[in-house]
Amino acid sequence: MSRPEDLAPPEVFYNESESSKYTTNTRVQHIQAKMTLRALELLNLEKSSFILDVGCGSGLSGEILSEDNHVWCGMDISPDMLQQGLEREVDGDIMLQDMGQGIPFRAGSFDAAISISAIQWLCNADTSYNDPKQRLMRFFNTLFGCLKKNGKFVAQFYPKDDSQTDQILQASKIAGFSGGLVVDNPESKKNRKYYLVLTSGSGSSDINLQGATMDENNANDLKLQRRLKKNKKLQESSKNFIQRKKELMRKRGRNVAKDSKYTGRKRKYRF
Amino acid sequence: MKFLTTNFLKCSVKSCDISNDSFPLKYNGETCKIEQTPLDTVTTTNPADGSDIDEEYINYEFLLGIIDRLDWNAVLEVAQDLGNTSLPASKPSLTMDGDFNETSADHNTMINNNKALLRDLQILLMQTNIVEGDMKCKNCGHVYYIKNGIPNLLLPPHLA
Repeated sequence: MSRPEDLAPPEVFYNESESSKYTTNTRVQHIQAKMTLRALELLNLEKSSFILDVGCGSGLSGEILSEDNHVWCGMDISPDMLQQGLEREVDGDIMLQDMGQGIPFRAGSFDAAISISAIQWLCNADTSYNDPKQRLMRFFNTLFGCLKKNGKFVAQFYPKDDSQTDQILQASKIAGFSGGLVVDNPESKKNRKYYLVLTSGSGSSDINLQGATMDENNANDLKLQRRLKKNKKLQESSKNFIQRKKELMRKRGRNVAKDSKYTGRKRKYRF
Repeated sequence: MKFLTTNFLKCSVKSCDISNDSFPLKYNGETCKIEQTPLDTVTTTNPADGSDIDEEYINYEFLLGIIDRLDWNAVLEVAQDLGNTSLPASKPSLTMDGDFNETSADHNTMINNNKALLRDLQILLMQTNIVEGDMKCKNCGHVYYIKNGIPNLLLPPHLA
C-alpha cells in the first residue's frame, strides 16, 4: 500500500476531499479511537489534565480526550482538516501550526502530550529549506520545554523503515526525554503499531506499560522457533499444529476462537 | 481560541525563544471579536424524588489543577487588551479549611468552598472565545491572525 507521506506534503495531501473522506470513514474513526485509547492507557493520567494533541487533524483523537474530561489543545498543518474539526464542533482549541517549526507554548504548559499518526511526517523534506533532522530537533526541544516537569508524551506513528524509527528516537534522546518504543502486535505486519513513550525528566515509573513486551524476549522466541522448525513436521501432532497456528494468529492481533477440550479432536465417527 | 490558551501561547519564531517579551502576545482590542458560550448543563437525577435536575457543568478537577499554572499578570494583560479591566489585581486564592491534603472528602469540601470562584474561572477561561482578530509578538512584531476561532501560527520561510 502506498504511504501518503510519499505522495505530497501534509497540507497538500489532506485537501478538502481527502479530509472529509478521512474523517467520515468509520474504519479510520475506529482505528484512530483505538489507538488514542491505547495512548491514554500508556499515559496513565490520574485526573483531568491539560493535553496537547500534535497533529490533531479533525479532532478524532481529541473527542476521546474530551470524553475523559481532559481539556486539550490541538495543532495541525492542514487547514482543511481543521475545517472538518470546526464543522464537527470539537471541544478543544485547534490551531494551524507546523510542528517542525516548534511548539509555541510557554514552559510547563501541559500535563501531557499525545500524537496519533503524525510524527512520521517530520521525517520528510517537502521543500528545499526543510531539513528533517533540524525539524525533528526543533519539535522535540520545544515539546520538552512546554511539558511540565515529569510530563509525558505518547506518540503513535508509522515509521517507513528502521532508520526513521532510529532518527526519531535519537532526536528525542538529545532533547532530554527518557523512554523508548512500545510495539503492539509485533508479529503482525498489518496490525503492528509503534508507540513512542517519553517522559521529560527521569521519573518513568508512573507510565503504564501493561501489555507491552520487551524486544529481547521476542528475539529469543524467534531463534527458538527457527531451531524447532526443522524437525517440527516429524514431531508435531495435528492438535499441536492447530494450537501453534492459533497462537500465531493471536500474536498478530486477530480474533481467534478460544481453546477448549475439543480443540484439535477428531470428529466422532458417524455411519 | 479559548481565553485559557492565551495564557500559554507564545511567539513561535525561534529567535524569540530566549526573549521574555514573546509571552503573552499583544491582542489587538479593536479587531478582536469575542464570543461567550453559556455553560453546558448536565442532567442528574434528584435523589429525593427521582426527577431530573439540570446542573451547570464545571470541570472542577481541571480548574483546581490549572490554577497554579496560570500566569495572572498575563491574564490581566490579555483581559485588558480585550477590554476587560474588572479582574482582581492579584490571583484569587482558594480558601481552605484546616490542613488540606488530597483525600477525596477534603477535595469535595474544597470544591464546595470555592464554587463561586471556580464558576467565574470556568466562564473566563473556558467559555470565552476569541473568534476573529489578530495578535502581535512584542519582541519581533510578527502578527498572527485568528479566523473562525483558529489562530494561524504558520511562519513564512524566512522566519521558520
